[in-house]
Amino acid sequence: MITRQSPQPRRRNRLVPWLFMAPILTLNVVVILGPSLASIYYAFTDWTGMGQARLVGLANFARMVSDPVYRLALMNNLRWTAIFLTVPVFMGLLGAMLLAPIKRGQIFFRTAYFVPYVIASVVNAQIWRCILHPLKGIGPWLAQHGIPWLNVAWFGRESTALYAIAFVDNWHWWGFLVVVYLAAMQAVDPQLYEAARLEGANRWQEFRYVTLPGIRPTLIFTLLMTVIWSFLVFDYIYVLTEGGPAHASEVLATEVFNAAFGRFEAGYAAAVGLSMSLFCGLGIAIFVTLRRRGWEI
Amino acid sequence: MIKRRSRRVRSVVPNYVVLSLLVVFSLGPLLVLLFNSLKSPGEVGRNPLGLPREGLVWRNYIEAWQQGNYAVTIRNSLVVSLATIGGVCLIAGLAAFALAKLDLPGADALTMYFLVGSSLPVQLFLVPLYFVWARLHLVDNLLGVIIIYWAVYSPFATFLLRSYMVSLPTDFEDAARVDGASEWQVFSRIIVPLTWPGFLTAGLVVGLWAWNEFLFAVTFLHRPEVMTVTTSYYNFAGRYGRDWGLTSAAAIIMILPVVALFLVLQRRFIEGLTEGGLKT
Repeated sequence: MITRQSPQPRRRNRLVPWLFMAPILTLNVVVILGPSLASIYYAFTDWTGMGQARLVGLANFARMVSDPVYRLALMNNLRWTAIFLTVPVFMGLLGAMLLAPIKRGQIFFRTAYFVPYVIASVVNAQIWRCILHPLKGIGPWLAQHGIPWLNVAWFGRESTALYAIAFVDNWHWWGFLVVVYLAAMQAVDPQLYEAARLEGANRWQEFRYVTLPGIRPTLIFTLLMTVIWSFLVFDYIYVLTEGGPAHASEVLATEVFNAAFGRFEAGYAAAVGLSMSLFCGLGIAIFVTLRRRGWEI
Repeated sequence: MIKRRSRRVRSVVPNYVVLSLLVVFSLGPLLVLLFNSLKSPGEVGRNPLGLPREGLVWRNYIEAWQQGNYAVTIRNSLVVSLATIGGVCLIAGLAAFALAKLDLPGADALTMYFLVGSSLPVQLFLVPLYFVWARLHLVDNLLGVIIIYWAVYSPFATFLLRSYMVSLPTDFEDAARVDGASEWQVFSRIIVPLTWPGFLTAGLVVGLWAWNEFLFAVTFLHRPEVMTVTTSYYNFAGRYGRDWGLTSAAAIIMILPVVALFLVLQRRFIEGLTEGGLKT
């Protein structure tokens, strides 16, 4: 009782906790909150980035809705979301499921899959730009050995550019999911597996009825984060194609960048950025709602 | 008995087969990068994917170091990464202490705010921030991106450190308070020494992020004297795109410190990047 009460008098000063919070709050206001609020204002103006901004009402948003580039970019973000909700998740689950039961070499495999994740996007992009090169890469090599249909300028064609970039991004990302899912699987009670095997469950049944329910919170969390991150994707697209050819791999983030720093349409860029936030906000709202409903995520 | 065992213990040979194929997919491209970094331009043309067969061209590394201006950019990236680590650990450490150990009114609301704020797109604030920074002479200035990294990475580190601090028993700090220690002394003399693994993990992760960061670096640093390794490499790969030996050697130079550090401290990296990054 005494030990519990003795610190109390020291805490009379209510200012002290705020002093500890002061640096992070100040930085947040200066770098993130202030400019974010300014962005909301500029989204309704014709600001160029310099000089005066003139209020133009909803003109930027009207332009956005009717702009084919914006619609293409949004569609590409949705395609990106669909790809990343499936391919890396499948590969991550597969890798983790195969890794969970083995003992010898587990750490080696885990490390090998994780390494691309710690390498800078500009380097990963360059690696694949070489490997997928239409004249010197793996495509011509395969063509020489009887497999001609992979000999394509993957990043240079409108029909393949986005998927080729997604492939490269996924290459550096799926290993991260292996490690996340593996950690979740190792937290599942081993007795459940024991019981399933005694009942004669096969590999698939074991996965479906023991593993999947066991890692559900982690799985759902990664899916939600995937949705949010898919609307933010920038690095790999900017580095590999800058959104081209002919906007074929344009996404909202590259469109903001081009509008603000390429065409000096800062007001319009702010409006596009605001729309990105709304899509992300939707993802966060789903997350918070599920958490409130008692989902352990 | 033997029968039962063989029925219950499943063969893991198929696992090793598929896992090994996945290793080829994961590390194969990095090996190609390493091989190419040791080839002459001529050999790259004849043999773009295989082992170097016409002698190892170590000169690529020297040339990449000089042409890539690495003496300057590695220094810049080191300055940015170390300043980011130091600043984030201090800022986030203080915030985590307030959230975990002090009666901060509205701590839950603040946590929620940082949680939502760190999932919002950079593009929401990037454009006005750029023009504010331009006016404050923080564009083309390493301090400019360092301040941004402090603001952007601190929430993550705060969550990570808070989880370490929450799990500490209060006995030590209570005893110190009884002895008349100020909250700053409690923080610096008791909490930090007891949660240093958390600071190490947070520091490694934000250091990695700062080293690899591209969007802010490409937006805010244009002059060659202030470029970091990522943006400088981006330009370098554009300029010398045809000489794969040179671009590959330059790539190895910039990823080598990161990969080496990761291999040595991988448990911490993985803990910080997975648990901390996902489970805020």
